[in-house]
Amino acid sequence: MDTLIDIRGVSHAYQTRHGPLPVLDGLDITVPQGEFCAVVGPSGCGKSTLTRLVAGLMKPDQGEVWLHGEKVTSPRKTVGMAFQNPVMLEWRSILENVILPLEIVAPAMSKAEKYARAEHLLEMVGLKGFETKRPSELSGGMRQRASLCRAIVHKPDVLIMDEPFGALDNFTREDLWQTMRDLRSNEPFTAVLITHDLRESVFLGDQVVVLSGRPARTQYLLEVDLPADRGIDILYEPKAVDMLHVLRDQIRIAQGRDGEAHA
Amino acid sequence: MSGKKIATPILSILAFLAIWEFIVWINGWPNYVMASPSDLPEAYIRYWQLFLIDSWQTLWRTVAGLALSILFGTFLGMIMGFSRSARDALYPLLVGFNAIPKATVVPVLALLFIGQHDFNTVLMAFLISFFPIAVSVGIGLSTLEPEYRDILGALGASKFTIFRKIALPKTLPEFFGALKVSVTLAFIGTNLVEIISPHGKGLGALFLSGQTNGDYPLMFAVLIALAALGIVLYYAVVLLEKIFAGWAERQPG
Repeated sequence: MDTLIDIRGVSHAYQTRHGPLPVLDGLDITVPQGEFCAVVGPSGCGKSTLTRLVAGLMKPDQGEVWLHGEKVTSPRKTVGMAFQNPVMLEWRSILENVILPLEIVAPAMSKAEKYARAEHLLEMVGLKGFETKRPSELSGGMRQRASLCRAIVHKPDVLIMDEPFGALDNFTREDLWQTMRDLRSNEPFTAVLITHDLRESVFLGDQVVVLSGRPARTQYLLEVDLPADRGIDILYEPKAVDMLHVLRDQIRIAQGRDGEAHA
Repeated sequence: MSGKKIATPILSILAFLAIWEFIVWINGWPNYVMASPSDLPEAYIRYWQLFLIDSWQTLWRTVAGLALSILFGTFLGMIMGFSRSARDALYPLLVGFNAIPKATVVPVLALLFIGQHDFNTVLMAFLISFFPIAVSVGIGLSTLEPEYRDILGALGASKFTIFRKIALPKTLPEFFGALKVSVTLAFIGTNLVEIISPHGKGLGALFLSGQTNGDYPLMFAVLIALAALGIVLYYAVVLLEKIFAGWAERQPG
């Protein structure tokens, strides 16, 4: 398969009052077309910086980010983004929130076509019948579903997600994992998911990248060879449990707490 | 429901007038100490033409000043909202200017633009009322969460598009909140000029003539007319807010 996202030796530092604060240090990540890459790592290790670099919202100090064989130097219309905050525009209905990217990316598209596309996605995530509601009338999980629809409404090549399920309760989160899995089988996109949740990374990812503590580099790469149509139950099977143990150990190393492992 | 919504404020106004009347009556004050509500209808009937003309003078000059405030305040707020250094540069100036008692500015304006009474009055209504709008628009824009910028910024949308589609509508509730404060401030500005720099126009002038002639019920009648105009303008803003920022209002419960 073709490589869609290629992050090559990316280093980045922020300028602070106490001098430069390096957050990324020679990061390498390669995601083939159509694959789902979950990125985990300790808090504050530069994961959000990574999303902004892939989106072209920032340029790295060193190294390069390539999408589709093109070097990323600025934002591009083929990217979709979702955040922990669903970022709903309260003055728009759910349907009008979802079509927002189309207004930028496809201004020539007719309103009817935009609505049809958005309605199709909303139905897929179980929000049929909520199109005319205001975001404030929906629960957090429903708002996040709408936010996912908005992130992919313009059929982006790359979906970048920064802890989109982080603020949800456990059961809602697991529901959304399954929604995400179903969306993938209907909508072809390559995804980068930043998360703190190891179970989430194993359930959704084709590969899990463990970042080291700050400044972050690629510390470990786990290929997840579980069936594509996996259900939540698979997380309780030995194969998945083994992977979770491996990831847990890697996080411990990344946190610099190797010595207290298994304590 | 909506009947109750109208009846409640009307009842409270009637209760206020009744208490006022009662306090004047129980103390036995003559109307040159404190007029009572029952003295007012006579004043309105006798001077109804003056009340109409002067109310109009006060109203249009206030609204004109307020319109300038909205334009200039929003513009200033945008500059402060988008540029940190503009914010740092402008805040002390604005706060300092706002701290000057506006009564002291009236004679300055009167000397600057001798005889330009309408212009002076509109200018004062503007000067006294743009500050809340500038500050709240500035704060609304500068506190926009970065994700709101990023959802469109990541698609290569221009700064102007992000402003038009996201920052501007998101700031509307703060804007209307400030406008409600500015409405009453603009009224104060208009009346300051009408009373301190008399030129025979507006409700302030009517107030002065009541004072000169010792017609105390007239003075009180002017005050009540001013309050009524203030209420009308305020609810005009509330109506606009409902139309343009009604989405920000949450259903209780």
